[in-house]
Amino acid sequence: MTRDDLPAPRPRLVLVGNGMAGMRTLEELLKIAPERYDITVFGAEPHPNYNRIMLSPVLAGEQTIEQIVLHPLDWYARHGITLHLDRKVERIDRVRRVVVADDGSEAPYERLLIATGSTPFMPPIPGRALDGVLAWRNIADTQAMIEAARTRHHAVVIGGGVLGLEAANGLSQRGMSVSVVHLAAWPMDRQLDAAAGALLQAELERRGLRFELGAQTEALLGDEQGRVRAVRFQDGREIPADLVVMAAGIRPNTALAEAAGLRCERGIVVHDTLQSVTDPRIYAVGECAAHRGIAYGLVAPVFEQGRVCATHLAESGIGRYVGSQVSTQLKVSGIALYSAGNFTGGDDHEEIVLKDPAAGVYRKLVLHRDKLVGACLYGDTSEGAWYLQLIREGRDVRGIRHALMFGAAALAS
Amino acid sequence: MAETRSTCPYCGVGCGVVIAHEAGAITGVRGDPDHPANFGRLCTKGSTLHLTATPVLLQTARLHRPMARTQRGAPLAPIGWDTALDRVADRLAATITDHGPDAVGFYLSGQLLTEDYHVFNKLAKGLIGSNNVDTNSRLCMSSAVSGYKSSLGADAPPACYDDLALARTVFITGSNMAWAHPVLFRRLEDARAARPDMKLVVVDPRRTETAAVADLHLAIQPGTDVMLHHAMLHIMLAEGLHDAAWIAAHTNGFEALRERVRDLTPARAARICGVPETDIVQAARWFAGQSTDGGRFPTLSLYCQGLNQSSSGTDKNTTLINLHLTTGQIGQPGAGPLSLTGQPNAMGGREVGGLATLLSGHRDLGNPEHRAEVARLWGVTDVPARPGKAAVQMFEAAADGEIRALWIACTNPAQSLPDQAMVRRALERCEFVVLQEAYRHTATTPYADLVLPASSWGEKDGSVTNSERRISRVRPAIDAPGLARHDWLIARDVAQRLEARLPSRRTPESAGRSMFDFRTPESVWLEHREMTRGRDLDITGLDWAALDRAPAQWPCPQGQTTGTARLYTDGRFVTGDGRARFSAPAPRGPAESCDDDFPLALTSGRLRDQWHGMSRTGTLGRLLAHTPEPALQMHRRDLERRGLTGGDLVRVRTRRGELVLPVQASDELAEAQVHLAMHWGSEVLGGAGSAGVNTLTQPICCPSSGQPELKHSAAQVEAVDLPWRAVAAAWLPESDWVSTREALQALMARQTYASCVPFGREPQGRVGLLLRVAADQPLSADWLSQLQALLKLDAGTVLRYADRHAGQDRAMHLDKAGRLDAFLLSGDTRAASWMLDLLQQDGDAAALGRSLLAASPTSPSPLPARSPQICACLDVSLQRIQDTLGALPEHSADPADRLARLQGELKCGTQCGSCLPKLRTLVQDSLTAKVVVQVAVASAARTSSPRSISPMA
Repeated sequence: MTRDDLPAPRPRLVLVGNGMAGMRTLEELLKIAPERYDITVFGAEPHPNYNRIMLSPVLAGEQTIEQIVLHPLDWYARHGITLHLDRKVERIDRVRRVVVADDGSEAPYERLLIATGSTPFMPPIPGRALDGVLAWRNIADTQAMIEAARTRHHAVVIGGGVLGLEAANGLSQRGMSVSVVHLAAWPMDRQLDAAAGALLQAELERRGLRFELGAQTEALLGDEQGRVRAVRFQDGREIPADLVVMAAGIRPNTALAEAAGLRCERGIVVHDTLQSVTDPRIYAVGECAAHRGIAYGLVAPVFEQGRVCATHLAESGIGRYVGSQVSTQLKVSGIALYSAGNFTGGDDHEEIVLKDPAAGVYRKLVLHRDKLVGACLYGDTSEGAWYLQLIREGRDVRGIRHALMFGAAALAS
Repeated sequence: MAETRSTCPYCGVGCGVVIAHEAGAITGVRGDPDHPANFGRLCTKGSTLHLTATPVLLQTARLHRPMARTQRGAPLAPIGWDTALDRVADRLAATITDHGPDAVGFYLSGQLLTEDYHVFNKLAKGLIGSNNVDTNSRLCMSSAVSGYKSSLGADAPPACYDDLALARTVFITGSNMAWAHPVLFRRLEDARAARPDMKLVVVDPRRTETAAVADLHLAIQPGTDVMLHHAMLHIMLAEGLHDAAWIAAHTNGFEALRERVRDLTPARAARICGVPETDIVQAARWFAGQSTDGGRFPTLSLYCQGLNQSSSGTDKNTTLINLHLTTGQIGQPGAGPLSLTGQPNAMGGREVGGLATLLSGHRDLGNPEHRAEVARLWGVTDVPARPGKAAVQMFEAAADGEIRALWIACTNPAQSLPDQAMVRRALERCEFVVLQEAYRHTATTPYADLVLPASSWGEKDGSVTNSERRISRVRPAIDAPGLARHDWLIARDVAQRLEARLPSRRTPESAGRSMFDFRTPESVWLEHREMTRGRDLDITGLDWAALDRAPAQWPCPQGQTTGTARLYTDGRFVTGDGRARFSAPAPRGPAESCDDDFPLALTSGRLRDQWHGMSRTGTLGRLLAHTPEPALQMHRRDLERRGLTGGDLVRVRTRRGELVLPVQASDELAEAQVHLAMHWGSEVLGGAGSAGVNTLTQPICCPSSGQPELKHSAAQVEAVDLPWRAVAAAWLPESDWVSTREALQALMARQTYASCVPFGREPQGRVGLLLRVAADQPLSADWLSQLQALLKLDAGTVLRYADRHAGQDRAMHLDKAGRLDAFLLSGDTRAASWMLDLLQQDGDAAALGRSLLAASPTSPSPLPARSPQICACLDVSLQRIQDTLGALPEHSADPADRLARLQGELKCGTQCGSCLPKLRTLVQDSLTAKVVVQVAVASAARTSSPRSISPMA
């Protein structure tokens, strides 16, 4: 064996964050350049990569943890990936190009991919430290909620967005009496317009959820044991609560990057190549990254980022990530909703609306200068993908305007 | 269940009806088998009378209490009867005191009973001392009256219905009898079936159903009747078909007529009338009826508005009567001129002198002796000599401020009078308008200061006279709804109040007694009877009990126990010298001739299943099935020239106004003619500026009869660009639809074009409403939401599609069974056609779901297309009839046999028979179609045979 036959030492790629964004990037990378890197993955949770989105059906009792695992341990082994589970990276040493974990171990890198995701935002409400108050992010939170549902009765979810409603639904499925506290006039006000929000609310109420809309939480009240017992609103009303789930939004996990001197503005600021603007060896994808001012919290754009990022890590990259048209869905079984783009409209925007209350269907399309720019669908989301495509393509829809609402099939016929 | 015999309130045939009723509600109606007008038959309208008097319609469509408004435009508010009657009396008295008796006008109706008429007439002419009392009969029969009086000396139709069976030739002119007088037409059909040698000649510019079954149809140019009559007379003289001896013995004025027609040759008439010369000759020969043995076959002429509603209406009547006089075709079985009366009691109204130019008992206003007789009989010092204003003049006088108070009873002048712009100006200007009406909402109601609720058919008690001078009893089966009262009682009660407020005009010997001491309809009738003593219409031989036993024809003077079937049987007429008078008018065209600006002749006519202004027939969806919506009929080539296709909206313009409505290709019309049914008032055919069909018609009248030329206007038609459209249809509970339609009126008035018609097939607990709208600017969101609210499309599980920027707004509602029960299409309305089918046929719409909202031009699921209804009684469509005829075996080529098979299979035309003329035409068409196929096959065989089989080729 000659020296030339020896394999050249491979560059090392370290991934901080064993979640969906980072792991999708790795998957994409392995597809195009399977042998390129020595890969090390740090995960703060004690689980292999699972589908976080599916925590909702897990909470609702429709799926198990096992069913939502995306990459079992043997997958990492098969691909020669060094996996550190339950180990949090505490520091990045950009000079030495190593990451330092909470147990002191280090991992050097030639390329670093940060995919630390986000953490739930805990609003500064008095009583948030009480026992029985939690946020919902991971498997541990999910298990805690499942456990709470066994012994407690009154759940209050603060925040009527996607996460909050999924939590509320899950807890309700598990037998709890659930109230959703939401500041806006209708649930999912950032993803739905008022009409769709009202339909959603009616449906969820039919399923047993209660809504406290336009309600501002003043404090969480505890008992002598330091357990939460009630939620008090600014108008003085109290509702009983022995479980409070905070679902008031997320904050990108940028502390590690910031400490390493990477530029962060509501996320690690990245180029269209997903390289951080500060250090070209360091990439960021997912909820922790801020691309053109947007930190995406949805899976589709994050996967798109992963695909672009992988090509650059493979050094074959000419792809650029230019941002995503996002769409929303709610993972509450039996409820179909979908929104994308600018569905609220505005000056010189035009709306097409369809309502079929008997079937529980509502659709709104927003046009601007003869282009579809937004869609909000409730009840039947079958055309969502088509609308999203039209929004992305920015196609002139004048000629098909009359058929737009009735879907691609109607257009063909 | 109880039964009450009465008389149909529609046309002048005067059919007897038997009303079934139970617990104060009318439950059914059937023809009175014993009534000599109809012998048990009824037409589509008569046979559905009970459906127009259901408890629900009595509740929703009728006026229930007197109402008044504080000022025009303010809503009507209920008031008590005494207050109402006092107010009418006060206002009339004040007007008379300040401005004289002629400042008051009464506008009455041929639908009033003789007793109603008598009280009103006495009130105006006897008590107030004004002859300003006229009626809608002026629009209907006054030319016939003038004609009879001018030619024969009295307003009396000489012939009778039995003559239909006895005539050898029946000459129908200016009448679509098959539609307008269907039960008489049934008698004619029977007669033709029994006597195949009978000849039917029809004169009509249109190929109506009456014309279609004629042996000879003279499709003359509108308004050329006098020329035709004169030319026929010319031929009679030229061919020696006249009866010189009879003329010499019984007439005056023949020489002038001979002179008049000398140069009016058939060739000249053919040119002017637009019909072949040979047809005119044929018509003249058949009319003359001369048999080879020198005898004469009888000829009966039947005529109606085509002669009467004309600026030369009297001339058309007298020149027709000339033909009878020339040939002695009068006063004999099967012969004579028999005018068909449009209204149920136009005759009775004339008997009591209920017109501005007549006096009671067929007396003449211009005759001082007649005036004195009437004054004596009424116990007043005099009746005024000055003629009153005939209908059109009365409204013109109101528009000019000369008439300041109008009392309108039982008629809807804001629909039926010509030149609606003038009429509405009159109603607006008039200081006090009283409307005595049975129905809640007519076009006249908004102009009334005071509304008095009147009883109607099924409730009224009295008598009417039909076209053959037959007096029949009208009897009540139920009480009038709410506080409604009989017309004669209302007139009496105001009259008694006026007696106290006005200076007495009574003679010294009558002073102190009321002129209106009437207790019962009989007491009124007895006074009327006395007025006829010694007159041509003498009925002193009749009494109320006799009328209750059986209808009777006048005259029936004292000593006579039965009425008189035919007049002038002795050749003596009621002119001074007993001789009939020939008239020799010069032929004149219509008052308004067509020119470059107004190139089309606009004629009007009746629909088969509607009557007059539709106040009653328009309450039944099933009576609209035959002709569901207003449309202007036009010849195909005229359409093509204008680049129009059927269904397009057009603007019809005359010198008086314009109207937007859909156009429809018609095979019945000649080129350069358009036709519009006379029924569509602004309640149906709305839109800004629309006063219904009479927006277009003209007020020019026959100088002798005062009857306006409703039948002819010069018009132009052009495409109209109204891009913003909406179509809505909804099934509504029967208890709601009338009020919904009322509420829709306000919305209709805000758009350029709007029509609103009911549909459905009562009784079914629901009635449909169909609304069409077109505008020159977008329909506002506010307008649309008001419409949706009215049609219950604003709440609940309504399917909805809105693209406001593209002008699209759609809403649909499905009932619990998944059937479409309401929809609105605004913007693209091309789906309206199949969607209306789906709704009307109760098709399964649930399966279509949201795709309904796509409102694609073609139906997403196959539906049998809507086909026009032919048989209204049994709801049989044209398509089913054609399919059935098409499936009949080849060998069945006998029309009668084919008709019988058709009736056996579909039952169409087996009930009222109004559709029989159409069925016969369809049978004939089906035979012609088969012949065409056979000829085509045969000719194909001919052309091919020499090549294929000739050995010499």
